[in-house]
Amino acid sequence: MQDTSGQGQNSQQHPTDTTGVGAAADHTSNRLPELSGNGSFGRPTPRHDGTLKVTGQARYAADHPIRRVVHAVAIQSTIANGRVKNIDASAAEKAPGFLAILHHGKAPKLYRPSNDFMSATKPGEIRVVFEDDRVYYAGQYIALVVAETLQQANYAASLVKIEYDFLHPVIDTDQAMNTVYDPEQFFGEKLTAQRGDPDGSYAAAAVKHEATYSTPLEHHNPMEPSASMAEWNGDELTLYETTQWVVGARNTVAETLGVPQEKVHIVSPFIGGGFGCKGFIWPHSVLSAIASRQVGRPVKLNLTRKQMFSACGHRSETRQKVRLGAAADGKLTSIFHDTLVQTSPVDEFIESCGTTTEMLYSCPNVGIAHHAVRVNIATPTPMRAPGENPGTYALESALDELAYKLKIDPVELRIRNHADTNEHTKQPWSSKYLKDCYRMAAEKFGWSKRNPEPRSMRDGKLLVGWGMATATYPGMRNPGAAKVRILQDGSATVVSATQDMGGGTYTTMVQVVSDALGIPVERIQSTLGDSMLPPAPVSGGSMTTASVLPAIRKACEQALTKLVQTAIGDENSPMHGKKEDEITAQNGRVFVKGSSPSSGNTYAEVLASKKMAAVEGEGFLQPGEERKKYAFQSFGAQFVEVKIDPEIARARVTRVVSAFDVGKVVNPTTARSQGYSGIIMGIGMALMEHTIYDDRDGSIVNSNLADYAVPVNADVPDLEVLFVDKPDPYIDDQGIGARGIGEITITGVAAAVANAVYHATGQRIRDLPITPDKLLQV
Amino acid sequence: MQPFSFTQARSEDEAMAQLRQNSRFIAGGTTLVDLMKLDVETPAHLVDINALSLNKIETLADGSLRIGAMVRNSDLAHDAAVIKNFPVLSQALLAGASAQLRNMATTGGNLLQRTRCYYFRDPAYAACNKRRPGSGCAALEGFNRIHAVLGGSEHCVATHPSDMAVAMVALDAVVHIRGPKGERQVKIEDFHKLPGTTPQIETVVEPGELITYVTLPKSAFSTRSAYVKLRDRASYEFALASAAVALDLNGKTIRSARLALGGVATKPWRSHEAEQALTGGQASDQAFRAAAEAAMKSARPLRYNGFKIELAKMALVRALNEAAQL
Ligand SMILES: Cc1cc2nc3c(=O)[nH]c(=O)nc-3n(C[C@H](O)[C@H](O)[C@H](O)COP(=O)(O)OP(=O)(O)OC[C@H]3O[C@@H](n4cnc5c(N)ncnc54)[C@H](O)[C@@H]3O)c2cc1C
Ligand code: SF4
Repeated sequence: MQDTSGQGQNSQQHPTDTTGVGAAADHTSNRLPELSGNGSFGRPTPRHDGTLKVTGQARYAADHPIRRVVHAVAIQSTIANGRVKNIDASAAEKAPGFLAILHHGKAPKLYRPSNDFMSATKPGEIRVVFEDDRVYYAGQYIALVVAETLQQANYAASLVKIEYDFLHPVIDTDQAMNTVYDPEQFFGEKLTAQRGDPDGSYAAAAVKHEATYSTPLEHHNPMEPSASMAEWNGDELTLYETTQWVVGARNTVAETLGVPQEKVHIVSPFIGGGFGCKGFIWPHSVLSAIASRQVGRPVKLNLTRKQMFSACGHRSETRQKVRLGAAADGKLTSIFHDTLVQTSPVDEFIESCGTTTEMLYSCPNVGIAHHAVRVNIATPTPMRAPGENPGTYALESALDELAYKLKIDPVELRIRNHADTNEHTKQPWSSKYLKDCYRMAAEKFGWSKRNPEPRSMRDGKLLVGWGMATATYPGMRNPGAAKVRILQDGSATVVSATQDMGGGTYTTMVQVVSDALGIPVERIQSTLGDSMLPPAPVSGGSMTTASVLPAIRKACEQALTKLVQTAIGDENSPMHGKKEDEITAQNGRVFVKGSSPSSGNTYAEVLASKKMAAVEGEGFLQPGEERKKYAFQSFGAQFVEVKIDPEIARARVTRVVSAFDVGKVVNPTTARSQGYSGIIMGIGMALMEHTIYDDRDGSIVNSNLADYAVPVNADVPDLEVLFVDKPDPYIDDQGIGARGIGEITITGVAAAVANAVYHATGQRIRDLPITPDKLLQV
Repeated sequence: MQPFSFTQARSEDEAMAQLRQNSRFIAGGTTLVDLMKLDVETPAHLVDINALSLNKIETLADGSLRIGAMVRNSDLAHDAAVIKNFPVLSQALLAGASAQLRNMATTGGNLLQRTRCYYFRDPAYAACNKRRPGSGCAALEGFNRIHAVLGGSEHCVATHPSDMAVAMVALDAVVHIRGPKGERQVKIEDFHKLPGTTPQIETVVEPGELITYVTLPKSAFSTRSAYVKLRDRASYEFALASAAVALDLNGKTIRSARLALGGVATKPWRSHEAEQALTGGQASDQAFRAAAEAAMKSARPLRYNGFKIELAKMALVRALNEAAQL
């Protein structure tokens, strides 16, 4: 995903007050104390919302108590291609508690939204629900039944008889090759690109490697299934949602319904994980709204786990051909990365595996290409590190194979090909400590004790394998706004229309305020997940921290300035009549520079003296010129140990050590958890995750958490997550220096596991997941 | 889920008396409620048997162990007598499901749990002889990675998913059943039925019959027993292949053996062929391999499950090695 500037989110009201790179050092001159001074910024800080969560008080979308709420149940297509011939609801209509049924023949007019990421109108799928009688994939919404209780709605839905005209669906990529095309771009990034002469240089290369790697279709499977609860008050709609993008939900739902954006209010204070499937806006958010308008009551629509497999996107399967050429000393002379993915018949989302390859290593001759086929499966969507994650699986596996051909240690091979600049964009990096990551993780892991010979390392009867891979993810940033208030009792609040998917935004917001204003974290309240708050970007692309925290610091500065002005203007204040720049702040007090803090006043005293309730500061910042000058990218290294019992075809990951350079680590506690979660999800990708479609009819065979395996505790070994923790000097002009951490942690994991499996067994598995059936002959 | 009525029974007699047309007993509910939510099971009436006093594990005078049908899987797995005298059973139970499920799941319910065949569990599929007799079998030509390589017919190739039952097969367990016509006892090996032309009939239990107990006879082989389960992840997953073995050894000589397989067959699978291959011979890796070959000789792979044949052999050899070393 490319960085964008301006999301059309009321940007007129929020003047651009950053000037980019030149301002990078400005933060030193403002009134706020230096960051990472005495506050909690950069220090391990427990989750601000932790108590609410462990005591069950955190309200997720479906938890909000609403009077007179009724329940909706969605009916999905059981065929994957064809038309709805007839919907017979006569029995359902007589069922107890039945209130309404909606379907393509019986639904209000809906509109396709403008489908623009920049203006936050991005549906997951551009075809509007109930648009017509066409069926494009199994699980497509066919009808919605509303009844008084959930049980009644379920029962009534089971009585609806749907007849289809069945067409043969195409599920398998091989069978869809007649639809293959070359998609042009992915959120502004070109999907076909070349520098130098990848073919000629490959032909001339001293050492060559070429292979095809494939990854299966995968689903996000967050713990909390999506839910939407709609309540109309006259022409105003409140939607309780579980969304990674409250502003996007507001704009997209409003456009789909054909109502003004101001009439739609999105509330999403807690999210039980998203990983991308709650990023763009999916039909359930519109369904609850139209159902509620129809029955004149609030409507709750919870998706079932099964519905989560067709109603909010997935990661496409990928088939990636990687071709590497190198000189005998290991220097890469040619890279070509050719990716084939799937998209749906009704929209395009491309798993952009090759774009990372353009810049990850230094190489004069690089080519990437992407191709897509259309199959009768719902539209794919971003899933944790879309593109980077399967892309690094292929590229980092290929590099391991090349390292063996070259007889060069895989870490050394990567260091020899280190990209000192971004050779694709021809920009210097804003900051890059990848070599430190290799060194830190390798040392902790004990890599120097590795015998590179496959099958050479044992633990009793078990084969031991050590593998590694590079991790990477862009340092994105989008416009973000926030407000901070210092209240009459000396406490503070901070608000922004951002989201906390569980990653820890509530906490980092508070940390910035605590640090800037010298107020203890316990006395600061953060509020987010509400579209009425100052706009912030989607919590996707790992951009929340970089987009929102600088705006918060800016807002703190403005609030403090107002407080200082209040003190100066107050005849009873010891600071009366001073100039603004003569006043400083520390530990919740303002006072004349050079004097003792006790000579001044607490924030509460300043406000009380003027009988004021609060002062408020606002921050709105967006990326600027620095994006033209520098390439912003995070890097890391994943080191994995596997132990394989060849007698029973069992592979277990037994140890992972990872190091990441993500700029400043704002909260080491929650950052470490992001590390754990990405690595665990990567283990799942490597060893078990795989959504299976029956290629005869396009239905999903394993759409539940018993049959779709993700790691359980017993699959998770000792994990060690290290951070370089050096601030990015250019990513913002407020000295935050953080590049975000949600996605990089999964990249490279699957490759490191597969490389370790090779080291253990001498067998290269190029098709994920590495299940027991692929280990029978090791 | 379809509407149903519900009554609670306090005794076996009450339980039998409360039965009506299209009734089911509900024990832990971990199979039944799941399938009711999927509209696969659509009973009109449920009789709750949780208050029945069938919740004890007792060692009888003849040394056998009597397990009440309502004994929870976790209680059975952690019972001292089971751990000591029938370790394969404890291991099999603990390899099954999750702690939460085992706390609810019962001995009787576990024996009667139903297949995990994807097509059975999804009523959107018209073809499933087990769910709708005579409708065909979607799995035969479908995605059949988890299906059976042993005991299948052209009408059904669904596996029986229980771990516990596999261990019980290796222990010569006996199931006690009470019905309108009185009580009877069935050897566990005869308790589950092959699909044949009637895959909807899975056990000898007739409508209206109640499982009351399972007894495990005292035997020379039960203590030297082990369970090995192979699957896609470390825990909380059904078996791709599993093996329960019990050995009676005299030095290295195998006096008698019990070998049962799970995850690969349409019922908890006892392999007489493999037992015969071992009986009277020496315990050795080579002998174990030969027994595994014998066990899988009649296996027939489908499109996606051929790997199970090798995996089952691996499980058997490993389990035999573990048992022999005890
Ligand atoms: C997610 C998940 C994972 C699982 N993983 C495993 C696994 O790895 N290995 C494994 O072996 N099992 C596994 N199971 C299955 C589990 O072991 C069974 O669901 C459980 O043992 C059933 O027992 P219950 O008491 O809950 O049965 P219920 O659901 O109450 O009943 C099941 C059936 O038996 C009948 N019944 C129950 N008791 C009696 C009785 N006394 N007499 C006559 N009929 C009776 C009921 O009428 C019903 O038809 C899993 C289940 C789930 C949901
Ligand atoms: S294998 Fe058996 S349970 Fe599965 S679809 Fe075929 S008949 Fe039904």
